[in-house]
Amino acid sequence: MSATTLKDTEAPPVPEPGRRQLKATPGTFLVWGGMALFLILLFGVVASVVVNSFAGQWFDSWFPSGYTTAWYGEAWQQYDLTQVVSTTVIVAVAVVGISVLIGAPASYVLARRSFPGKNIVMLVFLLPIMMPPITYGIPLATLLTYYHLAPGLTGVILANLVPSVPFVILTMTPFIEQINPSIESAARMCGANMTRLFTRILAPLLIPGVLAAAVLVLVRTVGMFELTFLTSNSSSDTLVVALFTAMTGAGIRAQQSVDAMAVIYMLMMMVLLVVALRFVNPTQLVSQVREDVD
Amino acid sequence: MTQAPGRSRSAAPEKPGTRPALSHRLAERGIDRLLLLLVPALLFALVLFVYPFVYGLGLSFQPREGGLFGAYVKFFTDPSMRGLESIWITLKLAVPAAVFNVAASIPIAYKMRGKFRGKRALTTVLVIPITLGTVLTAEGLLNFFGQRGWLNRFLEIFGFGPLDLVQNYWGVLWSLIISGFPFAFLLILSYLSGIDPSLEAAAQTLGADWKQRFRKITLPLLAPGLAITFCLTFVLAFSVFPSAILVGDPSGSTRVIAYVAYNAWGQQFDYPLASAAAIVMGAVELLVIILVLLWRSRMYKGSTGGKG
Repeated sequence: MSATTLKDTEAPPVPEPGRRQLKATPGTFLVWGGMALFLILLFGVVASVVVNSFAGQWFDSWFPSGYTTAWYGEAWQQYDLTQVVSTTVIVAVAVVGISVLIGAPASYVLARRSFPGKNIVMLVFLLPIMMPPITYGIPLATLLTYYHLAPGLTGVILANLVPSVPFVILTMTPFIEQINPSIESAARMCGANMTRLFTRILAPLLIPGVLAAAVLVLVRTVGMFELTFLTSNSSSDTLVVALFTAMTGAGIRAQQSVDAMAVIYMLMMMVLLVVALRFVNPTQLVSQVREDVD
Repeated sequence: MTQAPGRSRSAAPEKPGTRPALSHRLAERGIDRLLLLLVPALLFALVLFVYPFVYGLGLSFQPREGGLFGAYVKFFTDPSMRGLESIWITLKLAVPAAVFNVAASIPIAYKMRGKFRGKRALTTVLVIPITLGTVLTAEGLLNFFGQRGWLNRFLEIFGFGPLDLVQNYWGVLWSLIISGFPFAFLLILSYLSGIDPSLEAAAQTLGADWKQRFRKITLPLLAPGLAITFCLTFVLAFSVFPSAILVGDPSGSTRVIAYVAYNAWGQQFDYPLASAAAIVMGAVELLVIILVLLWRSRMYKGSTGGKG
């Protein structure tokens, strides 16, 4: 994985013989045109929020009459973002840590062994990812409330773990399958027991897989709205939920401060995504394609 | 697959005294102490997913009034719930969004397969919408597509009247496309890059034009990937909830089933009714996925060539 990244960044800008030239046939033109239109609309959508978050007065004109950065300070004060952001970080770190601890050993077993009932186990891990969060979130939130675990921080973390653990398992299984089992056999021949095998052989080899799964779970958890919304109260809101309540409960509040908060959220997610893309090549998630062997 | 030889070996006739130990025989079928590593994850799934789900199912059969199926009857027939209509509305949003996202991804991914300069940058630009979040998308759609937004201002120059693009069905569909397209594109791109290009090259040598090559080679090999991508984007679109409220018209044309379920839970505090709505929602969603996977199972199954 790291070899691919290195090669991509250090590749000289001269077109290699293997690279295809883009030819301007009508079909190509249509495809790129459609994509350009999508990107222009998308840019407009994002830009209108960013401009509005800096706008002084903006009524019936193309651009606001003046610009100010005051909305950011106001949003930070008004919505108590210090607390909201720290809650988001606590929830995300807890969910990532616990789900990797639970998920990594399970994905090792699923990658290496076949045993009776494996399909049922896989189904149990697949369902939380294939179901809309609301469908299991509502019974789960009812149950957590019954046991006085929700609404609150514990409930938010527990609810967010439900899709995260299966997600770690599904992301890490292909990484483990890539590790040659004969390395493990060799270590065993040399007298390593299970603990040593894990700490000396598997853990170092698995670090890229763990990082990939962790960063993806982090992005998912920060963006997960439904489960957090169902299990949080005002003191355990994460940034997405705080944004939603600010926007629906608006009215007297200035729309610009909501926009400022949305921009803060976007920047935070972008940093996470850029970090994620350093560890995972997104196109290698489902099938292991070695781009450097073309 | 690997169980078959193990089973026949342990069933082979042996002298009673030399029968291998139980743990050995289990190990031959793949059961040994290593499976203990699976226990935490399984326990966790049972406690936090299976148990709540079964609890919700049980709860949905214990409504305050109306007998065993009271909550379901209320969900489907009560005029204030409009359950059936909400299922229809959700499907009307989720199916077109998923179809569009998958269909639009195919040609773009097709053009972007292989290497060319700036591929990584373009991929990153296409992935960025994942970071926007529902609220920023909603605010942006309201600002940009709104009555006084930039788009309507632009159209006004050419004499088109202001278009009603948000606070209705179209607003929600837009937001589903913005959030779902990058995801579908990434999946399709990775499935397409897994198909060995030499297969197409061979067909070209035999004189197939690009339509034939696409229909006879690429599409059958891509079908499994298409089915999975459709399912995943469909799930994303089917669970539409915040954007239906923010850019839609939640009391009317975008009263999606997730909103109905949440309303029963968070506003009316009718937990049996909310559970019933959630169960119905899950059932409808699984039904669509099963239909898609059934269709997929009739297609080609096998390797996608050397690279896959």
